[in-house]
Amino acid sequence: MLSASIAELARLLAGRSVSSVELTTGLLDRIARINPALNAFVTLDAERALAAARAADARRASGDAGPLVGIPIAHKDVLMTAGLRTTCGSRMLADFIAPYDAHVVTGLKQAGTVLVGKTNMDEFAMGSSTETSHFGPARNPWDVRCVPGGSSGGSAAAVAARLVAGATGTDTGGSIRQPASFSGITGLKPTYGICSRYGLVAFASSLDQAGAFAQTAEDCALLLNAMAGHDPRDATSLERPREDYTRLIAAGRAAPDATQPLAGLRIGLPREYFGGGNDPDVDAALAGAIDEFRTLGAATVDIALPNVNLAIPVYYVIAPAEASSNLSRFDGVRYGHRAAKYGDLADMYKKSRAEGFGAEVKRRILIGTYVLSHGYYDAYYLKAQQVRRLIADDFRRAYERCDVIMGPTAPSTAFRIGAKTGDPVQMYLNDIYTVAANLTGAPAMSIPCGFDRNGLPIGLQIQGNYFAEAAMVNVAHRFQQATDWHRRVPPGVTT
Amino acid sequence: MKWETVIGLETHAQLSTVSKIFSGAATAFGAAPNTQASAIDLALPGVLPVPNRGAVERAIRFGLAVGAKINRTSVFARKNYFYPDLPKGYQISQFEIPVVQGGTLTIVTDQGERTVRLTRAHLEEDAGKSLHEDYHGMTGIDLNRAGTPLLEIVSEPDLRSSDEAVAYAKVLHSLVRWIGICDGNMQEGSFRCDANVSVRPLGSDKLGTRCEIKNLNSFRFMQQAIEFEVRRQIELIQDGGTVVQETRLYDPERNETRPMRSKEDAQDYRYFPDPDLPPLVIGEAWIERVRAEMPELPAAMKARFGATYGLPAADAAALTGHRELASYFEETVRTFGGDPKSAANWVQGELSAALNKADVDIARSPVSAPRLAGLIRRIADGTISGKIAKDVFDAMWAGEGDADAIIGSRGLTQISDEGAIGKIVDDVLAANAGIVAEFRAGKEKAFNSLVGQTMKATKGKANPAQVNAILRQKLAEMGSGPF
Repeated sequence: MLSASIAELARLLAGRSVSSVELTTGLLDRIARINPALNAFVTLDAERALAAARAADARRASGDAGPLVGIPIAHKDVLMTAGLRTTCGSRMLADFIAPYDAHVVTGLKQAGTVLVGKTNMDEFAMGSSTETSHFGPARNPWDVRCVPGGSSGGSAAAVAARLVAGATGTDTGGSIRQPASFSGITGLKPTYGICSRYGLVAFASSLDQAGAFAQTAEDCALLLNAMAGHDPRDATSLERPREDYTRLIAAGRAAPDATQPLAGLRIGLPREYFGGGNDPDVDAALAGAIDEFRTLGAATVDIALPNVNLAIPVYYVIAPAEASSNLSRFDGVRYGHRAAKYGDLADMYKKSRAEGFGAEVKRRILIGTYVLSHGYYDAYYLKAQQVRRLIADDFRRAYERCDVIMGPTAPSTAFRIGAKTGDPVQMYLNDIYTVAANLTGAPAMSIPCGFDRNGLPIGLQIQGNYFAEAAMVNVAHRFQQATDWHRRVPPGVTT
Repeated sequence: MKWETVIGLETHAQLSTVSKIFSGAATAFGAAPNTQASAIDLALPGVLPVPNRGAVERAIRFGLAVGAKINRTSVFARKNYFYPDLPKGYQISQFEIPVVQGGTLTIVTDQGERTVRLTRAHLEEDAGKSLHEDYHGMTGIDLNRAGTPLLEIVSEPDLRSSDEAVAYAKVLHSLVRWIGICDGNMQEGSFRCDANVSVRPLGSDKLGTRCEIKNLNSFRFMQQAIEFEVRRQIELIQDGGTVVQETRLYDPERNETRPMRSKEDAQDYRYFPDPDLPPLVIGEAWIERVRAEMPELPAAMKARFGATYGLPAADAAALTGHRELASYFEETVRTFGGDPKSAANWVQGELSAALNKADVDIARSPVSAPRLAGLIRRIADGTISGKIAKDVFDAMWAGEGDADAIIGSRGLTQISDEGAIGKIVDDVLAANAGIVAEFRAGKEKAFNSLVGQTMKATKGKANPAQVNAILRQKLAEMGSGPF
């Protein structure tokens, strides 16, 4: 029961088979036993969680039947949570207590979720393995010698190990989807602007988006319902009518016997995603998944995204550039780490930042400063933004011929901790399939579609056109109705 | 060798919005340190800027007032550098595409009228304040000012003397106050000028190396600083040296400019469009509404005062230096209904002197425009003399009521009755036989003395013109004399 999905838990809570307090207590016990091996959590707050659970039970008792009331969740430690430590995985903010809630945190709180704690992450969201965290790496529940992916690795591990029913993440270059893929769960990044970035500590402002991890696509949609919506405090937040992202799933329930529920769906398969360079097990799992979609009635279309191979260089110019500026506020003056000993002002800046930031963050600040600097701006930053437009144009043209685009989420499965930390570029190449959706701002998700020869999860990435979250989630849901990859749990985790 | 001075001015005008350009914190001057700095101004992790509509509207108003182009799309850019009074480590400004492009201002100097071109005006946020004294080897940082909206107004290097620079600064200062976008309080830092100064041989079209003199916060200091700097540069070149491009500060106590101590080589600010702020799009409807709500501008009003009221240029210029002054004047004229010149004289004369002496703003004048008009009317209709009117004005200023009430209660009505004056003159002549004799012996001054005696006898209330005429007539009737 503790390992049930959000939708199932909502039914159990509504039927009074379990209370939120029982659920939360059970999960806190499980966390106490399992988390030390996974290091998924940076901060736990049992007292706060149980108080929220009690309030949620009272709310249910008074007639509030919202699907998230009383559901225990975790927030990635890049999101501000009032009164709770918010570290961004960094020594710079190791003792920082957030004075306010992020917009998405407020949304989930108002929907009645129970916050259990803050999850581990790559420092300031920069990484693909959660190995750059100041608090030590998070580990993959499927094989604790392996990474869970990054940068939202702690949230992914927590959901995979059924320590919480759902968790938030943020995705700048794939930081929800890739850990979902490595950890065998579902992860969703919405269209840029759907979720407010107010309270999301900025890494790359034009790329960051908050999103959700859960066991199913339907669960992710339920979480997104509470996270999405216009926020006047974020000038990049979109003003659109509220949506129910589960509506197509609900509509589909009305016709449960359809043998070809995805008839009419055109799945675009970019030749660039299957051109070799993937682990053979990944290619095999993807082929099996595509066949399953055909069985469900979908047709596949070969498409070309000629500029998508430039996505990695473009991303690794734009993201560090924006980050180099966004991280300037961490200077030891008003909050955060300040060096204990320093001479003058310049010395204080240098020492505080040298001590507060880890190597990967420093690397990206240097790259970002370089590509924005006089004499290089045109050749790097400006050029990258121009190529970004070309990549977006490729996708726009592709969506004239297909409804969704599919491929592997990552070229490999979870690697051993330490295997790629020696070569940053090798680490960056984890993102080759995910960064494009951040550059274009389109929505994308990852769902489990198999395992490799070592029992490590493989993820299928589904990309949709702008604002196609409901359709994307429905496509994933149909696959999850017909298969059970998403129901598998890591060894040692009881259901 | 004849030299030409080339000056361009950069002015930072603090826009008169209630809240800051990207946050809702208050902009009021003088609050206790760090009590007007929100989470956004403090650059806490996760906060975001949202533009203030009122700041943008004030920029549009300025652009229209100087005949500039309002860019329908402009872009906020980050200017990156580290300093403790800059919490984000970058200032949100505008770089490649500002909200206002071009425009002109007309200045008047001894040489006549000139048009000065503006390069651009853009929106940006102010930094906080660094306080270096009072903290024993440390620096106090007050972030109240961080995030206050500024309009940075840049002129082309069209100015050719310190006089022109000051004239330009004064016109700009008057304009931003006139159109209600800035309070122009230079002591509080609402209007700050930097002067870029260079020299070149007269006739050359190549610009010399310029130095920037920062933070000139009075017109007098601006004049002195520029004059010093021009002399310094000329002497330097004449001695065989070269002008180094640098930023300098003016020291009013020693009347000299000095290089700023902390300046290194030109900083690379790594400008890039701020990804947190979509491009600023200004639609036609907004511009037209601002245009429709624009008050009559000083230049147009000055011309109208000349044409409609027949005022000389100097009067028209003085009365249109200040919008409240101009509207006070017009209200006075309207209520009085008579010769505008007398209204102009009284407003520029007694009223302005009283306001200055009491350090009171015209908006808070104890004497309202209708009341002043009432006073002027009583001079025009002969009820009181101009001299008595001054006393009545003082009484009005002190709150004793309107002109008629004071004239009535003090019995100040001018004596204009010929018979009454004639009787008093007879008494004065009878009592001053000696002075009469002096007058008849040819001493002109004696006449004035007799006039004075008559005025004194009537406590100043006799109509002076009639006193003159009657006295002259009676003296003539007395027998021989100069008349």
